[in-house]
Amino acid sequence: MKERIIGEVKRVNGPVIEAKGVTDAMMLELVRVGEVRLVGELIKLEGDRGVIQVYEDTTGIAPGDNIYGSGMPLSVELGPGLIGTIYDGIQRPLEEIYKLQDAFIQRGIQVPPLDRKKKWHFIPENLEERFYVKSGTILGTIQETERIVHRVLIPPDVEGEIAWLSPEGEYTIEDEIARVQTEDGEKPVFLAHRWPIRTPRPIKKRLTLSTPLITGQRVIDTLFPIAKGGTVAIPGGFGTGKTMTEHAIAKWCDASVIVYIGCGERGNEMTDVLTEFPKLVDPRTGHPLMERTILIANTSNMPVSAREASIYTGVTLAEYYRDQGYDVAVMADSTSRWAEALRELSGRMEEMPAEEGFPAYLPTRIAEFYERAGNMETLSGKQGSVSIVGAVSPPGGDFSEPVTQHTKRFVRCFWGLDRQLANARHYPAISWLESYSEYLDEVSTWWEENVGPNWSEDRAEIMEQLQKEVRLQQVVKLVGPDALPDSQRFIIEVCTLFKNAFLQQNAFDDIDRYTTALKQLKMLEIILMYWRRGSAAIRKGVTLVKIRRMKVYQDIVKMKFNITNEDLSALDKLKARLERSFDQLESIYE
Amino acid sequence: MACNGNSGKKSTIISTAERETTTTRIVEAQKRLLSGREYIGVDRIDGPLVFIRNTHPVGYRELVECVDRNGHLRLGMVLETSGEAVVVQVFEGTAGLTMPETRIRFRGETLKLGVTRKMLGRVFNGLGYPMDEGPLPVGEVEMDVNGRPINPTAREYPRDFIQTGISVIDGMNTLIRGQKLPIFSGNGLPHNELAAQIARQAKIRGGETEFAVVFSAMGVKHDVARYFIRSFEETGVLKNVALFLSLADDPSIERLITPRTALTLAEHLAFNENMHVLVIMTDMSNYCESLREISTIRGEIPSRKGYPGYLYSDLAELYERSGMLKNYRGSITQLPILTMPNDDISHPIPDLTGYITEGQIVFEREMYGRNIYPPVAGLPSLSRLMKDGIGEGMTRKDHPHLASQLFAAYSYVKDVRNLASVIGEEELTPLDHQYLEFGDAFERKFVSQGRDEERTIEETLDLGWEVLRLLPVEELHRVTEEEIEEFYG
Repeated sequence: MKERIIGEVKRVNGPVIEAKGVTDAMMLELVRVGEVRLVGELIKLEGDRGVIQVYEDTTGIAPGDNIYGSGMPLSVELGPGLIGTIYDGIQRPLEEIYKLQDAFIQRGIQVPPLDRKKKWHFIPENLEERFYVKSGTILGTIQETERIVHRVLIPPDVEGEIAWLSPEGEYTIEDEIARVQTEDGEKPVFLAHRWPIRTPRPIKKRLTLSTPLITGQRVIDTLFPIAKGGTVAIPGGFGTGKTMTEHAIAKWCDASVIVYIGCGERGNEMTDVLTEFPKLVDPRTGHPLMERTILIANTSNMPVSAREASIYTGVTLAEYYRDQGYDVAVMADSTSRWAEALRELSGRMEEMPAEEGFPAYLPTRIAEFYERAGNMETLSGKQGSVSIVGAVSPPGGDFSEPVTQHTKRFVRCFWGLDRQLANARHYPAISWLESYSEYLDEVSTWWEENVGPNWSEDRAEIMEQLQKEVRLQQVVKLVGPDALPDSQRFIIEVCTLFKNAFLQQNAFDDIDRYTTALKQLKMLEIILMYWRRGSAAIRKGVTLVKIRRMKVYQDIVKMKFNITNEDLSALDKLKARLERSFDQLESIYE
Repeated sequence: MACNGNSGKKSTIISTAERETTTTRIVEAQKRLLSGREYIGVDRIDGPLVFIRNTHPVGYRELVECVDRNGHLRLGMVLETSGEAVVVQVFEGTAGLTMPETRIRFRGETLKLGVTRKMLGRVFNGLGYPMDEGPLPVGEVEMDVNGRPINPTAREYPRDFIQTGISVIDGMNTLIRGQKLPIFSGNGLPHNELAAQIARQAKIRGGETEFAVVFSAMGVKHDVARYFIRSFEETGVLKNVALFLSLADDPSIERLITPRTALTLAEHLAFNENMHVLVIMTDMSNYCESLREISTIRGEIPSRKGYPGYLYSDLAELYERSGMLKNYRGSITQLPILTMPNDDISHPIPDLTGYITEGQIVFEREMYGRNIYPPVAGLPSLSRLMKDGIGEGMTRKDHPHLASQLFAAYSYVKDVRNLASVIGEEELTPLDHQYLEFGDAFERKFVSQGRDEERTIEETLDLGWEVLRLLPVEELHRVTEEEIEEFYG
């Protein structure tokens, strides 16, 4: 729609602008403010007054400046070329902006999100003439990156008989590739279309969750698994490793597409992702990780309101790939910064605050966001999922604050990061006492069918020891370890081993950074054998010191570094050695 | 020019070419004309804020000139603007302003600082006016003091190791060129000494270094400012230092602009003059207090402890003005100092700082009490960029594992000490005794060092192995066998 003047600026207060003379405008319309054309969104209408949230620095905007309406809501452009790109919070491609400007971002710049000139090789589906198409019908495919086949879909608002479909060939996203005879006449279809970020994309129906999202992180996959289509929160004070955990999952999880939202975080962290991901190779496909990753960067010093939008931009892109039948994982780092952006904007609009200055609608917004995750049957009949991993940054590391508490209500998996573990440089610092996963039942069938039949029991057994250890440690703190009998000291011993050899994982070690499901289970079984055989031996009278001195112990501690994911026979050998060591030890006592 | 405040020519082509209509030009011309207007008399003065009614349309964050009845000029900035009234924050304070006689001019542009390399070796106030005897330096470039966000794609990931000569920093919490690493301290702790020592000793190994220090003091005492100046003088680096001082008896509002002027000069030196700049900002707590003061006067809804909800964003605007850029040789490394109120690390100021900066050096009062300098707490201190700047080819190959091992062992020492305080040292196992011994040696030999003592990274690492030798080899889970062979001996 053509740009039109919808009103003028009345008052400027940071990123919030009050407008007057607004008669012809719609709620949530994308607007541009002043002659520098700052991007904004109309978030409140009252009489001829309106409130606009501006996504750029409002320096220099004065009362009386014109406000231009665009006639459409704030939306993202969806089409081939999204993968491997880095966008800001309102889908402006940062690399293109860098080419046009210097290293510092200027205001009011308009760059299309997708490359207008790039030609894509489009292969049409074999559709019958006059085939009835509706939203989600696959028109054809494009090889977007080496590993992602982009499926070109009929956009959600088009339905009717197909009048014309272009033949195989090279097209840009501005070329017409099909025409559909709808009730309102013939409509063209392009390789790309737009979708408003605050509206979830339609689906056919929600499916139950059954497959785990394998992250390669042992504490997650084995103890607190998340299902594909699930939601999880990672709360932790600063320095406890939220971003490191998010990075590790983005690198090694088995989703097809990753959307990484850096929301109000450090600039260097995004640079880290940008420099590291193209170099890393996905262990499953052998392609660079960047070929499945979309980055949304809204660093802490970029305008606050774009931070608010970035979360929605990211999840909309994820839904678009889900609709093509992919499993997508969204990393949101950090949702607290997003909540704080809500608070800041709400404060500037002089709304009545609820807890700690946050607006009363905070829980609604959090719920809306996490509910966009799920395992879905898409309109094209394919299965696709969006999983959301949201980091939370509670002030002072205190989990009782509103954002953590409300998030907890709407996610089904919780990985609480522990300051003490982080201080001891035990990473990932996921606390095994505070964390939980409600997906255990859903994913246990998958583990038992695909990895090993005893997974649930093994997991339960080691969890039980970890719980017991906490109580024992309290006793030790009071009276010292010598007061405990060997059988109980052995529990502490086993848990220490489990923490060092299994839970702790070095993200920078070439072997340890990623562990397959099968290796995880085998490692767990070795530790459990140490536990079962060891406690049996102690009952027979073997002393703890003897068990601890077994040579094989050091190899168990270092199996995560020394044995690769492919070399599973080495783990079997290690297990056999452990078995023999116990046999020898017990034979002396018999 | 890298970060010239005026919009670059290239962007004009895309963002305004099609819009360069006659209306736009008329609007701009009108604004220029209006900027010459002078208003006599204001409507309300409240703390550092001045309210003026019935003005022409004034831009948000515009620069304001405020002339008091003695003809003295003060600078200010528009905080809020509407058709009815404009709120102006006056940087030099409102003391002595009168309602009817104050004259106000809106300049139609934001606060800019003329920067030049010649500002090195000079002392300025928070707004960039000379406080020494020298003349006002003529700026080569006019730059907006608010800066602009760096495009993340333009950043170069920092990985150059800076040797500070301080073991606990080099070995355990390595400082990287382009990093922002704050010191979380408390009143009465030697943060100034440590900052000055870092400024004196910091060097890149084997590299050319054209370096500069930009020092920004916010609400610090005269003695502290003098300490830094003397310390720079004695070591002969003063000619490479620019100081921006807004001392404790200056108007508190000036503190809000001081770090911005300092960082503006730092950006010029780093990205236009290719220098490696170390920015020391002290004390960030005073800066945050001033921010809270303004926020309260404006009647904003507070979040924690009365601080405004945008404290995080505001601090990020400062801290994120550091780093390295592709195709530029210079860099900005930030060393902010803050005193934790009541030594409480969960207080909003250290808390939000920790969320933005790339690690933190935390001081511990108890260690200082035991006469350990620098009293850097082993466990809560952290350098996030350390992982990419150490190891083979950068420091030494054993560095990553050695640091990890020292952390792990020291963390266990803390547990043992807690246990010993309950059950008594005699009841501890022999192994735990060895750990206690290690803990003492770690603090006395490794962490503790002289205020002028400069250790190379090799000396630091060897010292690390020396204290580790107090532990039996089976306890070293985090180092490889080869490293044990080569270094543990």
